[in-house]
Amino acid sequence: MIPVCRLDDLPAGESVRVDTAPPIAVFNADGELYAIDDTCTHQDASLSEGWLEGCLVECPLHAASFDLRAGRPTCLPARRAVRTHRVTVEDGVIHVHMAAEEGSAA
Amino acid sequence: MRTVTVVGASLSGLYAARELRAQGFDGRLVVVGDEPHRPYDRPPLSKDYLTGAPDEDPPDLTDDEEFSALDAEWILGVRAAGLDPPGRTVLLADGREVRTDGVVVATGASARGLPMPGGRLAGVHTLRTLDDARALRAELTSGPRRVVVGGGFIGSETASSCARLGHGVTVVEAAPLPLVAQLGPEMAAVCAGLHRRGGVELITGTGVAGLRGTGAGAVDGVELADGRLLPAEVVVVGIGAAPNTGWLAGSTLALRDGVLCDDGCVTALPEVVAVGDVARVGGTRAEHWTSATEQPRTAIRNLLAGHTAERLRPLPYFWSDQYGARIQFAGHRLPGDTVRVAEGTLTDGAPDATGFLALYEREGRTAAVLSIDRPRPFTRVRRELACAAGAVGAESTVRADAS
Ligand SMILES: Cc1cc2nc3c(=O)[nH]c(=O)nc-3n(C[C@H](O)[C@H](O)[C@H](O)COP(=O)(O)OP(=O)(O)OC[C@H]3O[C@@H](n4cnc5c(N)ncnc54)[C@H](O)[C@@H]3O)c2cc1C
Ligand code: FES
Repeated sequence: MIPVCRLDDLPAGESVRVDTAPPIAVFNADGELYAIDDTCTHQDASLSEGWLEGCLVECPLHAASFDLRAGRPTCLPARRAVRTHRVTVEDGVIHVHMAAEEGSAA
Repeated sequence: MRTVTVVGASLSGLYAARELRAQGFDGRLVVVGDEPHRPYDRPPLSKDYLTGAPDEDPPDLTDDEEFSALDAEWILGVRAAGLDPPGRTVLLADGREVRTDGVVVATGASARGLPMPGGRLAGVHTLRTLDDARALRAELTSGPRRVVVGGGFIGSETASSCARLGHGVTVVEAAPLPLVAQLGPEMAAVCAGLHRRGGVELITGTGVAGLRGTGAGAVDGVELADGRLLPAEVVVVGIGAAPNTGWLAGSTLALRDGVLCDDGCVTALPEVVAVGDVARVGGTRAEHWTSATEQPRTAIRNLLAGHTAERLRPLPYFWSDQYGARIQFAGHRLPGDTVRVAEGTLTDGAPDATGFLALYEREGRTAAVLSIDRPRPFTRVRRELACAAGAVGAESTVRADAS
C-alpha cells in the first residue's frame, strides 16, 4: 500500500504520477479515483500527463485512449491494456495498492 | 468493390487495411510491399532503436493475431511496377499482375541521397528503413568520428542518438539554423541550443561540397562548401525524403511532388485513393506519423463510397525526441508569426528540465503551439486549435480490440 497524496490535493480532473517501479498514475475522474500503470503500452509517454475526459485518458504522444476502469485501450495505436491498481482513501490520504505481479506469490 | 489492393505495406498502408475491414469491406484484400518485413514503425528507428541492443526486435506495428484477423493477402518483398487503371491492374516487378477494383496508394517516401560524387562510399548512410537502421547501428560501434548532413528531424535525432552512444558528432546544416523552415527562427535557435547542450558540434550556413574517400572506397571525410574538411568514418545523410511515385508514371494519375488528391484523399480516379507521405492531400504533402494514421479513415470511406463523401481538415501535429527533450508541435505556422513563451522559461535560449510552452500568434490569435516536455498544456492548446479549425480526422474507426 503506497500513500500518494491528500485527497484535497487531487481535485477532480487532476492526475498525479507516483514514482514506483514501474510508475503509477492516479486520476480523480469527476470524484472517482483510479490508478493505472503510468507508461503507455504503445511507446514511451506518461499517462498521468494525458488528457482526462470522463473515465478515459488520452495519451499525450499519439492519442491512444485508455479506459481507467479496466485499463483497456479504446483506440489505436495502443493494443495492450495497462494494469489497473486498487485505490483507497484513509484518513484523507489516497493510497494505491499495487496489483501483484502475475505469477508472483503475493 | 470485390478486390482492393493497398500498395505500400507500412504505416498508412496498414491503417488503410484496418479501415477497410473496420468499415465492413469483406472482399479480397491484397497488400503489396517492397520491403520484406511486416509493417513496422519508423519513428523509433532514429531514436531508441538506434541505441538499442543489436538483437532488439523491430518496432512492429501489428502482431500475429491482427495479421491473421485482417484476412489479407500480403505480397511482401515485391515492388509494384505500374498501375493500369483502365485495365484495373496493379503490375508487380516480378511480372505478376493483381486484378483489382480499388487501389490505395501508400508507397510513402524514400530518403534523398547526396547528389554528388562519393554519395555511395562505404560508411555513408541514409535512414528510412529498418535495414538502413540496422546497417547504421552496426557501424555506430566503430570509428570515432561521425558527421550528420542535415539538421532536420531525422538528422537531429540521429545526432542525438550518436551522442547518447558516447560518440563525437558534427551536424552540418545548410540553413542558418536547424529546423528553421519548420519551426521559425526563435524555436530553431532553441533546437540549436539542444545540440550544443548535448555536446554535438553544429555547423550551419554551409553546405556539403563533396565526400572524400579512401582508396578502399570507404568515406573518410566531408568537404564543406566553405572549404573546410571534416574527417568522418560514418556519414549520415538526412536531407529529406522524396515521395515514391515512380511506379505510377504513365498511370494517368496526376503527380507533382506526390500523388495529387482532393481533401478527401481521392485522386483523379475515384477508385484510386492515396494516403501518407506519398499523398498530396488538398495541396499539402505531410510527412508526419499522425497524418499517415488519420488519412486512411477518410480515404477508405471515400473509396468505398465511390466519391468524396468526407473531407479532412487536419491540424498538423508532430513530435521529435532529441537529447532527452520531447518536442511537440501542432498547428499552421507562417513566417512572421510572433512567438511567445507562455509557460516555463528559456535560459540562454535553452529550456530547463521542466520544459516550456510557446505559442505562435498571428493577429491576436494562436496559430500554432510548440512545447518541450510540457505535454499537458500542449494537448490543451492543440485541442483548442483543433476545435477552432473544425479539425476532422482525429478519430479512427478501428478499435484497439477489433481483432
Ligand atoms: C527515421 C524516421 C523517424 C521518424 N520520426 C518521426 C517522428 O518522430 N514524428 C513524426 O510525426 N513522424 C516521424 N517520421 C515520419 C513517419 O514515419 C512517416 O510519416 C510515416 O512512416 C509515413 O508512413 P507511410 O506509410 O505513408 O510511408 P512509409 O512509412 O514510407 O511506407 C511506405 C512503404 O511503401 C513501400 N513502397 C514504396 N514503393 C513501393 C512500390 N512501388 N511497391 C511496393 N511497396 C512500395 C516502402 O518500401 C515502404 O515500406 C519518421 C520517419 C523516419 C524515417
Ligand atoms: S505512446 Fe501512447 S499512444 Fe503512443
